[in-house]
Amino acid sequence: MDAANYLYLSVLLFTIGAVGVVVRRNAIVVFMCVELMLNAANLAFVTFSRINGDLNGQVVAFFTMVVAACEVVVGLAIIVTIYRSRRSASVDDASLLKR
Amino acid sequence: MTTSNSLVYLIALPLLGATILLLAGRRADKWGHILGTLMSGSSFAVGLYQLSQMLGRSNTARPVEQKLFEWISVGSFKVDAGLLLDQLSICFVLLITGVGTLIHIYSISYMSHDHDRRRFFAYLNLFIAAMLLLVLGNSYLNLYVGWEGVGLASYLLIGFWNQKPAYATASKKAFVMNRVGDMGLSFAIMIAFATVGTVSFAGIKEHAHHTSTAALTAMGIMLLVAATGKSAQFPLQAWLGDAMAGPTPVSALIHAATMVTAGVYLITRSNFIFDAAPTAQLLVVIVGAITLLFGALIGTAKDDIKKALAASTMSQIGYMILGAGLGPVGYAFAIMHLLTHGFFKAGMFLGAGSVMHGMNDEVNMRKYGALRKFMPITFVTFGLGYLAILGVPPFAGFYSKDMIIETAFNAGGIKGILLGSVTLLGAGITAFYMTRVMILTFTGKARWDEEAHPHESPLLMWLPMAILAIGSVSSGYLLSRGDALVNWLSPLFEHHGEHEELLAPIVVSALALGMVAIGVAIAFLKYSRQEVASVAPENVSVFTKIAREDLMQDRFNEAVFMRPGQQLTQVLVKTDEAVIDGAVRGVGKLAMGSSSLLRGVQSGFVRSYAALIFVGAALLIAAIWVVVQ
Amino acid sequence: MVDLAIAVGQTQTPEAVLFWVLAPLTVAAALAMLLVKKAVHSAILMASVMINLAIFYIAQDALFLGIVQIVVYTGAVMMLFLFILMLVGVDSSDSLTETIPGLRPIAITAAVGFGGLMVSLIGRATLGRSAIGLEAANSNGNVKGIAQLLFSTYVWPFEVVSALLITAALGAMVLAHHQSLQLRPTQRQLSTQRFRGASLANAAGLPAPGVFARHNAVDVPALLPDGTPAANSINATLQARGDMLTSGTFELGKVDTSKGEEK
Repeated sequence: MDAANYLYLSVLLFTIGAVGVVVRRNAIVVFMCVELMLNAANLAFVTFSRINGDLNGQVVAFFTMVVAACEVVVGLAIIVTIYRSRRSASVDDASLLKR
Repeated sequence: MTTSNSLVYLIALPLLGATILLLAGRRADKWGHILGTLMSGSSFAVGLYQLSQMLGRSNTARPVEQKLFEWISVGSFKVDAGLLLDQLSICFVLLITGVGTLIHIYSISYMSHDHDRRRFFAYLNLFIAAMLLLVLGNSYLNLYVGWEGVGLASYLLIGFWNQKPAYATASKKAFVMNRVGDMGLSFAIMIAFATVGTVSFAGIKEHAHHTSTAALTAMGIMLLVAATGKSAQFPLQAWLGDAMAGPTPVSALIHAATMVTAGVYLITRSNFIFDAAPTAQLLVVIVGAITLLFGALIGTAKDDIKKALAASTMSQIGYMILGAGLGPVGYAFAIMHLLTHGFFKAGMFLGAGSVMHGMNDEVNMRKYGALRKFMPITFVTFGLGYLAILGVPPFAGFYSKDMIIETAFNAGGIKGILLGSVTLLGAGITAFYMTRVMILTFTGKARWDEEAHPHESPLLMWLPMAILAIGSVSSGYLLSRGDALVNWLSPLFEHHGEHEELLAPIVVSALALGMVAIGVAIAFLKYSRQEVASVAPENVSVFTKIAREDLMQDRFNEAVFMRPGQQLTQVLVKTDEAVIDGAVRGVGKLAMGSSSLLRGVQSGFVRSYAALIFVGAALLIAAIWVVVQ
Repeated sequence: MVDLAIAVGQTQTPEAVLFWVLAPLTVAAALAMLLVKKAVHSAILMASVMINLAIFYIAQDALFLGIVQIVVYTGAVMMLFLFILMLVGVDSSDSLTETIPGLRPIAITAAVGFGGLMVSLIGRATLGRSAIGLEAANSNGNVKGIAQLLFSTYVWPFEVVSALLITAALGAMVLAHHQSLQLRPTQRQLSTQRFRGASLANAAGLPAPGVFARHNAVDVPALLPDGTPAANSINATLQARGDMLTSGTFELGKVDTSKGEEK
């Protein structure tokens, strides 16, 4: 069993997440895809930790989780606020910057 | 040299008046004219005080100087703002403030119906201040400030009724043609600085004898150009006729008595340059001779009373310029004629204003006639001025003009005979057109429009006219009695000894009077014996037509300067549009094109931004991939 | 590839089995998350991906992270997602047709390029030494090891992150806080309004729906004594939605009695 396989899996998940961010319109799904990307990065960290034989990678992954939790909290609050004023959770509707 | 601290009040008082009147605005409407007149009058009083002080000193110690402040100090170039009052300046100071004050008084009544009388008085005060600075400046640069100041005041006053487009155009024309002359003055100043290293009168006079004749000639010619511009001399004469668009007091003060004589002042003041540059001096004489005939000929054909007088002014200033061009013997006579002309021409302009005042602002003399009975005072004062300009003894013109004619004859050789003949001929033509003005205006049958109700003007208007008429009668005698003015001015000019006399003075006077008699007789036959049409006849000789067109001066200017100038401008405009604007707009279009390409990226959709980030990340990885290859 | 190869010892084969079973499941779940229409389904699939990842963590000797992944992520964060989904509308399904032209091809091209290049890069990477494994680092236990690092080397980032977390919580509260424009009327004010208001018509309370009508459901208006329906007997929300029946629907003659009594 080659630890590099975990890295390939991580890349795959990251790419899928990125595509999801671009392709999906529902803000909540977009958010989940962002979470997927973060998780993919975490998997890579844990794998590197194992390859290097020390726990620093795991600590970084731990921090990533905390930051991701913050991000989710704020992001979801924003989604709720937007939804409240526009009755829509589609990211395309929030395109006022163009005008 | 004596110094004084009170010279500055001469200028400061009217300048203060102008400032107050302009800044106070409508609040000053009630008392603005009184303040303006007081300021001008007090300046006259200061002038009289200065004269009394000057008379109390010996002949050589009369000039007074006042240094105001250090104006320019750049390297070796130092100019102080300083004032100089000498025998020459005091003549001008008294003429400007004296006639100026009279015209202020006249204007109180003349402009009483005008909505903007306060502004008019502000400009008049501004003019007085600028003109005084012109004659009091102790260097060419100080003079230049006043020179531009009177140009500005003249522009403002000609265009005082600028709600009429023609008047606004006339003021612009005067301004632009004056600019041409002003260029000459600035070139002269530059040449003076480049060759002599100073621009003060005293400094240049001191260095004149060891400066090259070429430089002095160039300076002289440039000063002449300046003089032709300001004094409406050939070839820059075309603006004066149109300048009559301004209110009549302005025509009397600026375009007859004072500002237009600034050229004569400039040439007289620069005597040390012209005396050392015979070529420039000859040009001055030629310009004067041409203009005196030119103006006189235009005067014969004008039906507009003010334009006829303006043509006469041009012609009379031609006499002065000619006199000033004759060198040391002529300067004093030029100045004398300037002073007497200041009286009688201002008086006649005010008389014309009085006539217009009584005739609903009608200026066409063919619509006048028989006004003698209705405006006796105007008739008398105008008539005295008329006799003065004709040179009938013992009126003022007799003394001053005859002296110029005499001096012209005495210039020597062919030149003397030519110049003498020209001045004699001019005197004859002057007699003709002035008689024409008199006959058309005051005698004969009434040819008025129906709504005209001629009446005599009020006291405030006829009083200045009367005072000026007294001047027209007596000034010549007073100034020439015992060569008073010649002796007064003599310390300023260098003398080269007496010329031999070609003709005895009595002969010259007789010839001149003969020419005048002929002119008067022709005019009498032509306009008094025959009916005068109230509309100018059309079937006239080609010469009359040309004279009516101001001897083609405008057409000439248009054909020679305006059209090529316009074409050049058009070429430049096209070049500007095609090349410069093309380049500038090209850059703009490039930026616009590239940014509109980039703008497509800025769709406002978060997802497209995310896609771009993703593409960017992919490209980054691709770059890394290539690098670690 | 050889350099990255790790001798994971005796657990090699079971872990390989685990990996090759769970990895395709994970990728499939992630892909499905993109393709399903309903956000709730996406959330469920996401949760499954996270649980799979937790298993991978544990398999890679990151016991603590694995547990945290399940408890915090799958338990808390995903529940938060579902909660918001409920709030926003659980049954609204997205249309998957692309509205921005050209975006999907760009996304797929970039994905293929990015993924392909990354895989190729990892494939070519060399470490220069053999991999170590976490046996030594975890000798005192994984939790202790992480705790040691966290409270020594990383104590400052740890504090900063805690501050961040508090700030985020506050921020979310501020964002989600609904500002009311006026004071809520008190019981007393309501009571005053009821009896001292413009009319006493409603002083005894609004009519209940169904009163005197042939049907007593909440969407059937009460009948006034003259037989007209009383509009204010129906909830304003129902009125606004247009979910109001007229009592005339239930007139005797029109009820279909052939199918027996309606319950």
